[in-house]
Amino acid sequence: MLEVKDMVVAYGRVNAVKGITFTVEKGQVVTLLGTNGAGKSTTLRAISGLLKLVSGSITFEGQRLDGVPAHKIVERGIAQSPEGRRLFRRMSVEDNLKLGAYSRKDPAGVRSDLARVYDLFPVLGERRHEAAGLFSGGEQQMLAIGRAMMSQPKLLMLDEPSMGLSPIMTQTIMRTIRTLQSEGVTILLVEQNASAALSLADRGYVLEVGHIMFSDTGRALLGDDRVKRAYLGAS
Amino acid sequence: MDLFWQQLINGLSLGALYALIAVGYTVVYGIVQLINFAHGEIFMVGAFGAFATWVVMGSPKQMSWQAAVFGLLPAMIVGGMIVSVSVALLTERLAYRPLRDAPRLAPLITAIGISVFLQEVVRLFFGTIPGMPDAKRAIPFPTVTGISGRSFQIGTVTVQNSAVFTIAALAVCTVFLWFFVNRTKTGRAMVATSQDPDTARLMGINVDRVIMSAFAVGAALAAIAGVAHGMRYGNIDFRMGFLAGLKAFTAAVLGGIGNINGAVVGGLVLGVVESMATTFIPGQFGSPAWKDVWAFVLLILVLVFRPQGLLGAKVVDRA
Repeated sequence: MLEVKDMVVAYGRVNAVKGITFTVEKGQVVTLLGTNGAGKSTTLRAISGLLKLVSGSITFEGQRLDGVPAHKIVERGIAQSPEGRRLFRRMSVEDNLKLGAYSRKDPAGVRSDLARVYDLFPVLGERRHEAAGLFSGGEQQMLAIGRAMMSQPKLLMLDEPSMGLSPIMTQTIMRTIRTLQSEGVTILLVEQNASAALSLADRGYVLEVGHIMFSDTGRALLGDDRVKRAYLGAS
Repeated sequence: MDLFWQQLINGLSLGALYALIAVGYTVVYGIVQLINFAHGEIFMVGAFGAFATWVVMGSPKQMSWQAAVFGLLPAMIVGGMIVSVSVALLTERLAYRPLRDAPRLAPLITAIGISVFLQEVVRLFFGTIPGMPDAKRAIPFPTVTGISGRSFQIGTVTVQNSAVFTIAALAVCTVFLWFFVNRTKTGRAMVATSQDPDTARLMGINVDRVIMSAFAVGAALAAIAGVAHGMRYGNIDFRMGFLAGLKAFTAAVLGGIGNINGAVVGGLVLGVVESMATTFIPGQFGSPAWKDVWAFVLLILVLVFRPQGLLGAKVVDRA
């Protein structure tokens, strides 16, 4: 479904991603692991069209994605819930969700998806007219995921959805990801919480300073010594 | 007391003129963080566009007030808007967009350059357009029967018809802007872009188009201000955008730059302060020559004691 090939992305003259190759198959949950500065967020931002590629290519459903402007990439079926949630804090919950559906032209479908998000996250429905900035971290994360869902993406990219959340809230978010996958949404997940991410993931890629070091199935990586040492805190 | 009411009316109508221009500064600043110093010239070309429309219509002179108010005036406003919006979009496309990722000083200096450029283009070339008068000196603005030079009395207070037009135009534009920003998809996209442009793009918002609509909205209001200015003072000239633009910029900062309601309030406050200062401050400091001084004193006071402006948010809340 998504193929990233030899992708190089730079900030100014510094290459943040130095030629990575990976694929995401339809219906899978794929996770990118790595420490700060490994290039995970940069990778997602490049796929979304916010950053230009220096070289390499991105292909989605057989069509080239690199060079396509960001707002058109949403129309192709890729949504992102960015790192730090980046909600429109002074706007209401409902306005945030409606902006998530900005590129859609079927008002009836948008209304039913709005109802679905409120169904999935009741707290958002109850306080739909309150400003997004007033919500707790976990609730804001729900809103960020809900907002990304509103474009009816085929591929949903989540950047650090558990950042700053309590373990219970993290579980809720991970359960939501599982639900979305069962509904047929393909998910590309960037996480610092490696154990949570790998227990969900069909496939994991481990990034270090802009390179992919190795990859395997989620289950195999959970048992991998290198992963255990570096990301799971085992000695 | 009569003098107070008189000066209040004068101040509000002057302030409404500032406010109509100030909206253009604030909308563009709110989205691209650019102080578009050429916006005063957009106001000026709007006035010239309205004038040119009148010439194209055959320079009509004698007409009933109905024909003037419901025919000539709307035609001049639309003509002025077409010119001002086109010029604003061209400057955005040709000058500012290529500098979108440049250091902030580059577009700012470019804006000053465009300001001078537009003044000179009008000064040197307006007269070379067939049918148009030479613009090196002030040009008498067409008389709109029923508005230009007319006034009425409320008690002892004299109200110019052009003042009524300016204040009414501001009121209509404010309602229109509120509706546009809060109830239309493009308006919501504008607010989203002003809060977080990158995330707006992730929503599928075409940020380039949002920026263009910001320039267009500001230019359309500036054209209305250009016509109001023409009717109020009776003539227009290529320099008219400089001081008016500076005052409107002051109004935008006064109200809290980036905040549309702030621009409206800031404009009105500035106009009233100016007209009150020239009446109630004794001695030479209250002479008309000092009115610009008081306007900028007000700006300095606000910047010292309330740098975010009258209606500006206290802190920038961006995640």
